[in-house]
Amino acid sequence: MRVLAAMSGGVDSAVAAARAAEAGHDVTGIHLALSRNPASYRSGARGCCTIEDSNDARRAADVIGIPFYVWDLSERFHEDVVEDFMDEYAAGRTPNPCLRCNEKIKFAAVLDRALGLGFDAVATGHYAQLRTGPDGLVEMHRAIDHGKDQSYVLGVLDQEQLRHSMFPLGGSTKADVRREAAERGLLVADKPDSHDICFVADGDNAGWLREKLGDRAPNHGGTIVDESGEVLGEHAGTYGFTIGQRKGLRIGRPAADGKPRFVLDIEPVSGTVTVGPRERLAVRRLRGIRPRWCGTVPERLEGTVQLRAHGEELPARVSVGESVDIELLEPAYGVAPGQAAVVYDGTRVVGSATIEATA
Amino acid sequence: MTHPDAGPTAYLDHAATTPMVPAAVEAMRDHLLAVGNASSLHASGRRARRVVEESRETIAQALDCRPGEVVFTSGGTEADNLALKGMFWSRRGEDPRRTRILTTAIEHHAVLDPLHWLVEADDARAELLPVDDRALLDVEALRASVERDPDSVALISVMWANNEVGTLQPIDEVVAIAAEHGIPVHTDAVQAVGHVPVDFAACGVDALTLTGHKLGGPYGVGALVVRREVSVSPLVHGGGQERDIRSGTLDTPAIAGFAAAVELAVKQRAEEAARIAALRDDLVRRVIEVVPDAHLHGAAPEHRLPGNAHLGFPGCEGDSLLMLLDARGIECSTGSACSAGVPQPSHVLLAMGCTDEAARHSLRFTLGHTSTQADVDAVVAAIGPVVERARAARR
Repeated sequence: MRVLAAMSGGVDSAVAAARAAEAGHDVTGIHLALSRNPASYRSGARGCCTIEDSNDARRAADVIGIPFYVWDLSERFHEDVVEDFMDEYAAGRTPNPCLRCNEKIKFAAVLDRALGLGFDAVATGHYAQLRTGPDGLVEMHRAIDHGKDQSYVLGVLDQEQLRHSMFPLGGSTKADVRREAAERGLLVADKPDSHDICFVADGDNAGWLREKLGDRAPNHGGTIVDESGEVLGEHAGTYGFTIGQRKGLRIGRPAADGKPRFVLDIEPVSGTVTVGPRERLAVRRLRGIRPRWCGTVPERLEGTVQLRAHGEELPARVSVGESVDIELLEPAYGVAPGQAAVVYDGTRVVGSATIEATA
Repeated sequence: MTHPDAGPTAYLDHAATTPMVPAAVEAMRDHLLAVGNASSLHASGRRARRVVEESRETIAQALDCRPGEVVFTSGGTEADNLALKGMFWSRRGEDPRRTRILTTAIEHHAVLDPLHWLVEADDARAELLPVDDRALLDVEALRASVERDPDSVALISVMWANNEVGTLQPIDEVVAIAAEHGIPVHTDAVQAVGHVPVDFAACGVDALTLTGHKLGGPYGVGALVVRREVSVSPLVHGGGQERDIRSGTLDTPAIAGFAAAVELAVKQRAEEAARIAALRDDLVRRVIEVVPDAHLHGAAPEHRLPGNAHLGFPGCEGDSLLMLLDARGIECSTGSACSAGVPQPSHVLLAMGCTDEAARHSLRFTLGHTSTQADVDAVVAAIGPVVERARAARR
């Protein structure tokens, strides 16, 4: 097969490309330039968007022995991921830009262009497993390394996208991948993992949003109140908050009961952030919109859902109609609208939906 | 699998760099193992100095300048920087009113970037003069700009031939306008020397940039030819080896290779230019036969570099075309310049009035001394399916 390997400059995508090449595929490496003005060097825990990362990817391609190019996806990325990220925060929701990037960039813009250019598949360094199910459809399963499993951020891929995807690392542990990278002479073998959102420097979401949102922000300040409406403090913009957030509330006085307070609700129009005790965060029902199904659309399902990257699996009953209605068999805490609920049947990813409302 | 070391079947990127000619390789090899700093006083030093000075004389003869006017540098970028900054500082030092630098919107970044730096870090004012849709300088705009306040012009810098679309610039007219007001002229002739006639004494410019690796010599060596009467402030201090304008131990083997390449390129120029232009014309004609909506950017063949074919392919991404051709062993470049690792539409094409879109669907094929009919045939055979694929990738 002719395979396009997306290479971020990190260890995972380098080993994924090497394995695809070793398996006998005709592999071409590409690095996605996602920023119009990339920084020269990595800072903090970022790991894919600097010139240094692009050079790391290029050197890995040299070592593997495959051609390498940089594709400029910065415009699409800005429109489809960064703008969406800002809109969602401005609306008081908490988006996951990595899912959005997989859905709109890596397995859409890049995959479409690759197929047009005569490639058969896009390979990435994501930790997830693909296999053909009894019905002939491609199934996506969790990676064997549960600590690294990234099936959550791939839960937006449909059957057509999965049919042209390749995840060579799903059957390995991260430790094995690092060891293999060293054995292959890839200089990125010891490169630290990236954790934060790639376009937000130093993981400072609120600071980034404060700088970038400008007039788009519904407010640049408001009050923090308790459930009775009593004002406890002030804040510099609702976009700095996420449902379930405990740290950084800067409320001077402790609650009457002495227990910690959490963000319960964000009202972007009035600029009001409501806080309260943890038990008020308990959620039993979720309504999801914009569903994405990996294969056949289920009507009803008893399985599990995962509500954030590396979050726990929660047993749930899922029914699909106009919206995706999820009943959690045990409560979840700190569920933020805008995040994705990914539905699993055992280790298999069934699909995902964006959380619109909780109860 | 496509191996990067499989070797190209058709190298059509000679404007980026062209292979060394055997005469240059031999000239370099003769000196690589010989010891001797050209500034040393003993026999080995004198031997090295002799090689440098003979090389300087060879280059002077080829370009019709005096040997003492050849200042060796590390290449075209350094020579352009030296001309822009060195002449600006020197001219403004003589008269503080001289803060304007006039140049074209289509210069190489080796001219534009030092210019922008002078604007930001010093008190220079830059004027980037417009070009027409063939990338030809608007001489009347230059005249108007000079005459608005001639005393404030520190220097004029106009490239001899554009590196992207190959358009030859009206250097004689530029020199005539400058001469009326005693303003020095620099020209970046990196793409021109060895490809079109360049006569330093006759053309009347005050400083001229050339580089080794664009004409069959080694990388990392070039020269700024500067008239002896022109004062240039140095950029690199420490030893003053080159007329006190440029310091650094002279790279004897590279200079020897550079001189051998200049000599050969200039000697063979007329017949090589005719041969290469015929191949280029054949390439353009047959590519347009295969892809009827493809079109040539820039000037008519007689007003451009003989090896330059800059073509637009509507509906395609240049990046896709390049990649697909590369996979077939055909090497060229796109209408984009890599800026900070991200391809940006070329400032040259934008200055010519191309849209962003048109700039993105362009390819530059540049032929040189190793180009053959087989190279052209390979492009013609590949271009149809490649354009079709690239269009599919856009849908």
